[in-house]
Amino acid sequence: MANISETSGVGQVVPAVAGQVSATLGAPVGGGPDGRRDDLDFSNAKPSKHSQDKIFHAVAVGCGALILVSLGAVVLFLLLRAWPIFAGPQAKTSAVFASLSGGKAHGFWQYVGPLVFGTVVIATLALAIAFFVAVGVALFITFYARKRIQTVLNYVVDLLAAIPSVIYGLWGALVLVPATYPFWNWVSVHLGWIPLFAGPAANPPRTVASAAVILAIMIMPIITSMTRDIFAATPRLNQEAALALGATKWEMIKLTALPFAKSGMVSASMLALGRALGETMAVMMVLSPGMTYSWHWLQASKSQTIAANIAAQYPEADSLGVSALIATGLVLFVITFVVNLLARRITRKGGAQ
Amino acid sequence: MKTARPTPDFSRFKPSEALLKQREWKSRIMAGVIGLAFVVAMIPLISLLWTTIARGVKRLNLNFLAFNMSGVIGGMPTPSGGHGGIEHAIIGTLEVTLGAMLISVPVGLMCAIYLTEYARGSKFAKAISLLVNVMSGIPSIVAGLFAFSLFAILMGPGVSNGFEGSVALSILMIPTVVNSSVEMLRIVPDDLREASYALGVTKSRTIVKVVLRTALPGIVSGVILAIARVIGETAPLLMTAGFIVTTNWNLFSGQMTTLPVFVYQEYSKMSVTCPPNAGTGCVASIPSERSWAAALVLIAIVLVLNLIGRLVQRLFSVEASR
Repeated sequence: MANISETSGVGQVVPAVAGQVSATLGAPVGGGPDGRRDDLDFSNAKPSKHSQDKIFHAVAVGCGALILVSLGAVVLFLLLRAWPIFAGPQAKTSAVFASLSGGKAHGFWQYVGPLVFGTVVIATLALAIAFFVAVGVALFITFYARKRIQTVLNYVVDLLAAIPSVIYGLWGALVLVPATYPFWNWVSVHLGWIPLFAGPAANPPRTVASAAVILAIMIMPIITSMTRDIFAATPRLNQEAALALGATKWEMIKLTALPFAKSGMVSASMLALGRALGETMAVMMVLSPGMTYSWHWLQASKSQTIAANIAAQYPEADSLGVSALIATGLVLFVITFVVNLLARRITRKGGAQ
Repeated sequence: MKTARPTPDFSRFKPSEALLKQREWKSRIMAGVIGLAFVVAMIPLISLLWTTIARGVKRLNLNFLAFNMSGVIGGMPTPSGGHGGIEHAIIGTLEVTLGAMLISVPVGLMCAIYLTEYARGSKFAKAISLLVNVMSGIPSIVAGLFAFSLFAILMGPGVSNGFEGSVALSILMIPTVVNSSVEMLRIVPDDLREASYALGVTKSRTIVKVVLRTALPGIVSGVILAIARVIGETAPLLMTAGFIVTTNWNLFSGQMTTLPVFVYQEYSKMSVTCPPNAGTGCVASIPSERSWAAALVLIAIVLVLNLIGRLVQRLFSVEASR
């Protein structure tokens, strides 16, 4: 009896379970009437969450598009504000350029030409000075310094990059420039036969050469930190293979790290060049401005950069004068835009390989 | 049975002693050159920090921090006992930078969310990220000119207020925020997102509650570093926020002085002339001394911000890698 009742008990349980299973399976399909099943039914909650989702998505897309819009707006508003200088009566605009350049220029291109020349020369010179030092520092940090010193040095490089440009300008004008006169003088005396270093060296040397040195100090951390990251990413196996083949440390670096980092080094220096092209305060505070196409780097009042010229002339310029300055700012924008675009292109290519 | 194996003559491949020595020496010389490059690079940093501290502490005291430049005549001492101060510049710097932050953090963060969460690898996203990178190279003076033109066209000529400066700074700040946030959002493992979706959480909620919360420390440190970068900007503020000697608390009306601009303005004054009967209280070189002291304060702010940013990054990145 007991045995039978047990089996029958089991037998009773099985259909009940089966029934429950079929009920749970059936419920979502049929839309069960009891409250517990409603929790699983998303149809009520969906619309509100969806709209929230959509709003969030739309805001995200909007902010992405805002980047495009703001870049467009930069160009548009600069163009709008610069327009009077192109559209204005010839006599008036040429008077503006004459007053801005001290009588040397009478048209826009005449005015902006020497500025572009000065900007490009000073920035290129700065890059030429900074590049080798920066790569050297990056190599030192990655391959020669000990682990614990490495982190400290990384902080130091970042710290150098973080110092505001106005402080570089202050230090450059009051400390560096007076201190470098003996050196520049020596260069002009002994290397003066090269036209670039033709003397007499200006004293105080508020010259293209000094401005380039200040800019070099400022852009060095940018190149260093970027190349350092790439050097650190050099495949370890390649390095070890080079060493195992008996390469000396320098040969190892030359065989593995430098080829690996080539495109990165180029794009880092392009970015640094972009920064140097647009640097304002340090140049304005160090350089004695001039409006000529001169290659004499050690003489004062020869060149000026676009950015520094805008900042220096801006306070005294009238409405049309500001338009002229903004027009030169547009030229600077185009130059740096192209340089940065090239830099990113190179990075991307390097990344794809 | 033994067969005679051909034995290669290794001695033929052996490099000569002279060559080995030469390679060794070349390596040593290059090590020396690289070390020298490092030393050369450190000289300006040490010199800059040293001069700023040495010349800055001279005028840096409580009076300097607590008073503005109103009522300062030449090198004469003010009634408060000091020679003028930077209270107005500190307030201006904080307000202008805060304004820039309030514009650029939401925009930059949402743009980063769009790039990583919604449009990974789409053409539009690629174009945006390229332009963000290019935008990060905009010269600061161009950003200043943009804000100036924008306000001159929309609000009429001659407008100059702190908010205009904030707009200029946000142009410089947005790309930095976007780039650092994108990097941080990419680190968040996809498992977390999938787990959240599997629980039926909507996308926006997943992003806000899971992805952003995981990446928060990295984003915060990125924002702090971006602030540290723009807080020292001078050129765009010269033409937008202007320069006054009194304290202005209102970001949206009237000119505001910021610390970098103050440093520059005092530098360009260089020195004042003391009348012969001024007595010992008159300091002729006071503008340059004020300039160094303000520079010291500015460097301190920038360095502290950098330290905080890196500290946040380090403290929490350890947590994430576990």
